[in-house]
Amino acid sequence: MSPSPSSIAAEPGAVPAPDSHHEHHPSYLIDGTTVKSWLLSLDHKRIGLMYLFWVLLFFLVGGIYALVVRLELLTPGPTIIDAMTYNRAFTMHGVVMIFLFMIPAIPGVFGNFMLPLMLGAKDVAFPRLNLASLYILLTGAIIAIWGMINGGMDTGWTFYTPYSTQTTTTVAPILFGAFIIGFSSIATGINFIVTTHTMRAPGITWFKMPLFVWAMYATSCIQVLATPVLGLVLLLVVGENLFNFGIFDPSRGGDPVLFQHLFWFYSHPAVYIMVLPAFGVMSEVVSAFSRKNIFGYRAIAFSSLGIAFVGFFAWGHHMFVSGQSTFDAGVFAVLTMLVGVFTAIKVFNWVGTVYKGAVDFKTPFAYFCGFLYFTVFGGMTGVAFGTASLDVPWHDTYFVVAHFHFIMVGATIMAFMAALHYWFPKMFGKMYHEGWGLVSAALIILGFNATFIPQFLLGNMGMPRRYYEYPERFQNLNVASTAGASLLAFGFVIAAVYLTYALIYGRRASANPWRSRGYEWLTESPPPTHNFVGPQPTYDEEPHFYVEPKKAEVPDAV
Amino acid sequence: MNELLNDILFLPERASTFADRVDTLHYFVVGVTMVASLAVGTAALFFFFRYRRRKPAQTTEYVVPSVKTEFLFVSLPLIFFLTWFAIGYRDFVFYTTPPKDAMDVYVMGKQWMWKFSYPEGPNGVNVLHVPANRPVRLLLTSRDVIHSFFVPSFRIKMDALPGRYTQTWFEATKPGTYQILCTEYCGLSHSKMLGEVVVLSAEDWDNWVKEQRQGKLPNRQDALADLSLVPHSARMAEQGQALAANQGCFKCHTVNGEPHIGPTFLGMYGRLETMQTGQKILVDEAFITQSMMDPGAYILAGFPNVMPTYQGKLTGPQSAAIVEYIKSLRTPDIRTGASRGPVYEPLSQ
Repeated sequence: MSPSPSSIAAEPGAVPAPDSHHEHHPSYLIDGTTVKSWLLSLDHKRIGLMYLFWVLLFFLVGGIYALVVRLELLTPGPTIIDAMTYNRAFTMHGVVMIFLFMIPAIPGVFGNFMLPLMLGAKDVAFPRLNLASLYILLTGAIIAIWGMINGGMDTGWTFYTPYSTQTTTTVAPILFGAFIIGFSSIATGINFIVTTHTMRAPGITWFKMPLFVWAMYATSCIQVLATPVLGLVLLLVVGENLFNFGIFDPSRGGDPVLFQHLFWFYSHPAVYIMVLPAFGVMSEVVSAFSRKNIFGYRAIAFSSLGIAFVGFFAWGHHMFVSGQSTFDAGVFAVLTMLVGVFTAIKVFNWVGTVYKGAVDFKTPFAYFCGFLYFTVFGGMTGVAFGTASLDVPWHDTYFVVAHFHFIMVGATIMAFMAALHYWFPKMFGKMYHEGWGLVSAALIILGFNATFIPQFLLGNMGMPRRYYEYPERFQNLNVASTAGASLLAFGFVIAAVYLTYALIYGRRASANPWRSRGYEWLTESPPPTHNFVGPQPTYDEEPHFYVEPKKAEVPDAV
Repeated sequence: MNELLNDILFLPERASTFADRVDTLHYFVVGVTMVASLAVGTAALFFFFRYRRRKPAQTTEYVVPSVKTEFLFVSLPLIFFLTWFAIGYRDFVFYTTPPKDAMDVYVMGKQWMWKFSYPEGPNGVNVLHVPANRPVRLLLTSRDVIHSFFVPSFRIKMDALPGRYTQTWFEATKPGTYQILCTEYCGLSHSKMLGEVVVLSAEDWDNWVKEQRQGKLPNRQDALADLSLVPHSARMAEQGQALAANQGCFKCHTVNGEPHIGPTFLGMYGRLETMQTGQKILVDEAFITQSMMDPGAYILAGFPNVMPTYQGKLTGPQSAAIVEYIKSLRTPDIRTGASRGPVYEPLSQ
């Protein structure tokens, strides 16, 4: 499955020549071949790979739910399932995709794998906590999936009270599962914050850190500060559902809107937990494939922190029509605009990075184009919502569904796929087929648009979300959306096929097939267990510094 | 022009004063978004082509933005976003401030219907009649979970929360029939919780009010104007309610908790009732059905044996619907009978 270590060392690349006695240092993939050496590994790279396996599995589950939902919406009446099954399906689509895919995906897989490499560290600060966070995630997932099989839940992923405390479906285990998953998120966040503070190699100052690290740092701050609030509120809902606490139920003196405040206090920043890592990945990809230093490094780094900070004070924009005061709505609306400004700064700087660069239009760059598109339109529709008055007709219609699938899902999926392709040779030491990569990227981007552009229009027409049946005037656009979803699924199937093929039969990759000057490429591909063999690389230049030619970058290293 | 934009954006007809304001801002935001993203997209595509890679290990110039550029990156979006906010928030204040002379209508959402009550007029289910060109304030609440009252043609929406009132208002500009949708997920039949607003011209409104006072059945407030909007199958409990009315059940049975010739239906289901014989029987589906088919078999203490049998008059599904209807009248929170007085002891005599 992986190349022999000696041949890697002999491969030309931007790798300092290892000492001869280190030449047989095996890559992390073959250093220990027992099942136990994988399952109980403390190596951040192996843990990252295990995350990859699980999040892809959860993505498949969530994707199947999505297709069931889209198929059901093909006709105005009942199509393939009854109302109860449909309500469970869209709930589980949301829960699985958000808590088991979107939140852990980029931090769990690429954060784990790349953060120590980018900081010149041998591992994260707390390797045992790192392994524990994976198993905490799986424990939560097992409890939640047990609940899904034994009854399911029909509240929607937002769990709004008092419906969620009154429904007869199986709310408690699924919410309890999500509660446990929160601990995994907190553990990962703490680990990354401490790693960033304490494990930077000599020479990597704060403003020489790769932008992916900045993005992971901002994400981790949100995870640590916001997740406890979600844990608290989910536990209260479980208690109310099982033991009739009376916190949210007005017939017992509770307040149903209190739930919405607490829920969105986490779940709005959670959007940035999903999308900031995506921003980080794209800052790396655009630099690597246009061979340019990032345009406005500090602007991008600080805007990540800015989004993380302001994101905490914008939650009320989910509640413009929930009876919140007009003054509150104004405050939340202005703060929402600031998030838009920070995102706009990033977009301009990414485009600016290409200026006077040298673009190589490979698969990760194709995903960068898709990402830019989804971020611009997803972001601008977000700003439109932030005007408060436009939110009134759009609230809880398909316009919202399309908006958050553009910004939160579109941007994150683009980044996940870009990261998977960009770092595939680093992680597995193999190359995928470039042609199929571009074909599947094109299909995924087109399919995504064909799925969600009709949903923007449905929202304008006034179709509410979470509808099992709908008036006939909405049918044409729903058919278009379902057709788009099939195209999207087809694009993912192609990607799954050629990536699996590449994993087994792929051409062996050189240490740095993209000739990228990101810090993570300053070691072999795949890296040895302790990341670096021989003398530590020096970090004199900032990452992605392409001004001087380098001897190691021979014309064709692949 | 507006018609064209409406068609491109798939917007429904505009039929309220607020709708005009919302759509104006909508066009402004969409227009600027399209122009701005076209500019960014063209710049990006131009760069991708102009700065394509010519040598595999090409070196590039070190470029950083000037302070002026960064200032432009911040201020340009900020100016537009704050302008939109100013317009949007002005409209939002307009939307959350009902005029003082507005006509009030109480709206109650329940799973899965809308109930409308006029302070000095009739009640109705799922159909709201209002006059055109007159502000109408809606006071919304919910009997069970959160619902949300949405009329796309008016561009208005407001959550109906249990245990409190929220308000919204609109001024309809054209007579016609407009659909009401529930936009807060509220359970199994969320997507069937449809209704309609019938906007009447001043003259029709006056006639309608008169008819309401006369109370002719086909013209009643809850007669749907557009039958295609009716949810296709009513719930069993609703069928049962109609059946009970047709069969004359309400001549002897009330639904408000007061005993009449027969016991009240309210809260009957699930109660332990005492019979004339002193025997205690739990009122369940079987007992209710038996009481309809063989009323003399068990007589509740305090009531005469006068009920006729409905054996052969009701089909199986019909009696089931009536049972469901009686079951739906479970309201343990409503107290019947006299209050028992305070439970505390006064401190001083």
